[in-house]
Amino acid sequence: MTHRHFFINFVQNNLFMKILVCISTVPDTTSKINFVNQNQAFDTQGVTFIINPNDEFGLTRAIWFQQKEGADVTVVTVGDSSCEPILRKCLAIGADRAIRIDATPMDGFYVASQLSELAKKETYDLIITGRESIDYNGGMVGGILATFLGLPYLANCNGLEKDGTTFNLEREMDGGKELLKASFPIVIGAQKGLVEEKDLIIPNMRGIMQARQKPLEVVPAVNLEAGSSIESFEKPPAKGPVKLIDSSNIDGLIDLLQNEAKVL
Amino acid sequence: MSVIVYIETQDQEIKKSSLEVASYGRAIADAQETSLVAVTFGLENGSALKQYGVDTIINVPTEGEQYFNADRYSSTLAKIADNEGAKLLIISSSANGRYLGPIVATKFQSTYFSNVIGLPLSYDPLTVKRSCFTNKAFNQSTSQKARVVISLSSNSFGIIEKDGKGDLKTAEYAASTCDLRVESVEKSSNKVSIADAEIVISGGRGLKGPENWHLIEDLATVLGAATACSKPVSDMGWRPHSEHVGQTGKPVASNLYIAIGVSGAIQHLAGINSSKVKVVINNDPEAPFFKAADYGIVGDAFEVVPELISKLKVLKGA
Ligand SMILES: Cc1cc2nc3c(=O)[nH]c(=O)nc-3n(C[C@H](O)[C@H](O)[C@H](O)COP(=O)(O)OP(=O)(O)OC[C@H]3O[C@@H](n4cnc5c(N)ncnc54)[C@H](O)[C@@H]3O)c2cc1C
Ligand SMILES: Nc1ncnc2c1ncn2[C@@H]1O[C@H](COP(=O)(O)O)[C@@H](O)[C@H]1O
Repeated sequence: MTHRHFFINFVQNNLFMKILVCISTVPDTTSKINFVNQNQAFDTQGVTFIINPNDEFGLTRAIWFQQKEGADVTVVTVGDSSCEPILRKCLAIGADRAIRIDATPMDGFYVASQLSELAKKETYDLIITGRESIDYNGGMVGGILATFLGLPYLANCNGLEKDGTTFNLEREMDGGKELLKASFPIVIGAQKGLVEEKDLIIPNMRGIMQARQKPLEVVPAVNLEAGSSIESFEKPPAKGPVKLIDSSNIDGLIDLLQNEAKVL
Repeated sequence: MSVIVYIETQDQEIKKSSLEVASYGRAIADAQETSLVAVTFGLENGSALKQYGVDTIINVPTEGEQYFNADRYSSTLAKIADNEGAKLLIISSSANGRYLGPIVATKFQSTYFSNVIGLPLSYDPLTVKRSCFTNKAFNQSTSQKARVVISLSSNSFGIIEKDGKGDLKTAEYAASTCDLRVESVEKSSNKVSIADAEIVISGGRGLKGPENWHLIEDLATVLGAATACSKPVSDMGWRPHSEHVGQTGKPVASNLYIAIGVSGAIQHLAGINSSKVKVVINNDPEAPFFKAADYGIVGDAFEVVPELISKLKVLKGA
């Protein structure tokens, strides 16, 4: 008890970081993508849902700060009750608490608005989103959220170290990388490289048991309109068969690339 | 009411993806019978944009600040768009473009559409086609707001030359609103970046080890291509993370993608799908990549690739 009390004091005095990790639930990367209702909705039949991989990199980094220096990690998602198993998984991975904002995500603007209402109520030192969700690939929630909160945003973040009350950050860009500094608080768009693949945490039995005892709070959504709507989906046209060229006929390949495909 | 395009530059050169954005902006401005305004940052001479249909070229002097600054660029762009009474602001889908997109859209109080393919399907309300599910599908999205920021998918429209008025102006650089400082930039040793490349040569686990990467590099050198790799190859440290392409890596939208010793797992294909022509070299005829490719050779990379390199060297006179 005393220990816990001591810990909370530190958090309030901002000696330990408070981290919010935004989690989006996406179809497993091997899922077949199909649509129903006259191509107006994604077909969830037989689809397994996972933590968006970019969010998992971010969550893993947050847990690292928790284990190394006692950071407090909250995960949040905007979604209906079907997202709860994913939040439980985040708790099993090590998050301290989970919040579900009870709403159907309409678009990135809507999700970011809901998240910013929540983030305004607490003071987080670090808000982690993913570079993009692999379903709608909007790559927008983090940047919009940061701007709503008046905080800096760093996209494509693949390095994050704490140095007192400043962060040393790294951003992957086209053809190189950028090294940056920011003071607390900041919003990042996490991606691969932020942690190594081998550091991803597979929940063990103890984690899964503990997760059941951890708080998963459901909060109502704020009433607001989405900025856009999806009218319909379509799949790309089926591709023709591959043209096979014999391995002894390299000239044939070069000829096709030059004269048929016209790409050389 | 003009249409605004954000033009990216590197070392005083306009990026190819930005010429595409200018061409696209011109087509929209024509459809809407309005003018096209381009905004550049710290570009000494932007007059080349006149040939891509730009009527007004606004350069923003960056007071000696040499690095891209998402905060100040977005504030500046939102202000210019506001002053021009614009409804549409168009940016590329480069790493910086995608970084800027959500921030400038929020400051401009607009809808943000990323991954847009082709011209809008309608203007009032604005409806566009976007790729989603990492290129496994497309959707039609409609904005509820009159103002929209569009991030155009690379290579989805093309570069079109057309005369614009080409008036030159300047605008003021907006102040910072937050504390995020670039300390330094490290350029990667690769000559061509994956995002800017016309041709990408990619190697997978079939190459057996990093000591064999000269095959990929030599082929890339003859073709002036960028080098890429599959996820396990970067996870094992054979190649830098920045070369990892696919669903969880970089997207590729090149004209030609040559995959060598890559099996073609669904997560790999997802990220490279929007490349126009795909070639696979793999010794297993059952490798899934053959279903996704346009041209294929069933054969041993260690025999096929050296021959390909030497023949191309002759062809390119190298
Ligand atoms: C959540 C998640 C996300 C993922 N994201 C990505 C991603 O973004 N990008 C990505 O690439 N992968 C991703 N993967 C991994 C993906 O599933 C595959 O494991 C990976 O793409 C396989 O890499 P590879 O083709 O190099 O290796 P392998 O699958 O081992 O294939 C090697 C190929 O080389 C061929 N070969 C062997 N010897 C030779 C030779 N001498 N000559 C010619 N060919 C030869 C073999 O026939 C084989 O087809 C992801 C996986 C998961 C679970
Ligand atoms: N429904 C959601 N609830 C919570 N966070 C989300 C949600 N959707 C997206 N995000 C966060 O925003 C990031 C970018 O998502 P997107 O803009 O959809 O590509 C994701 O990686 C998540 O961190």
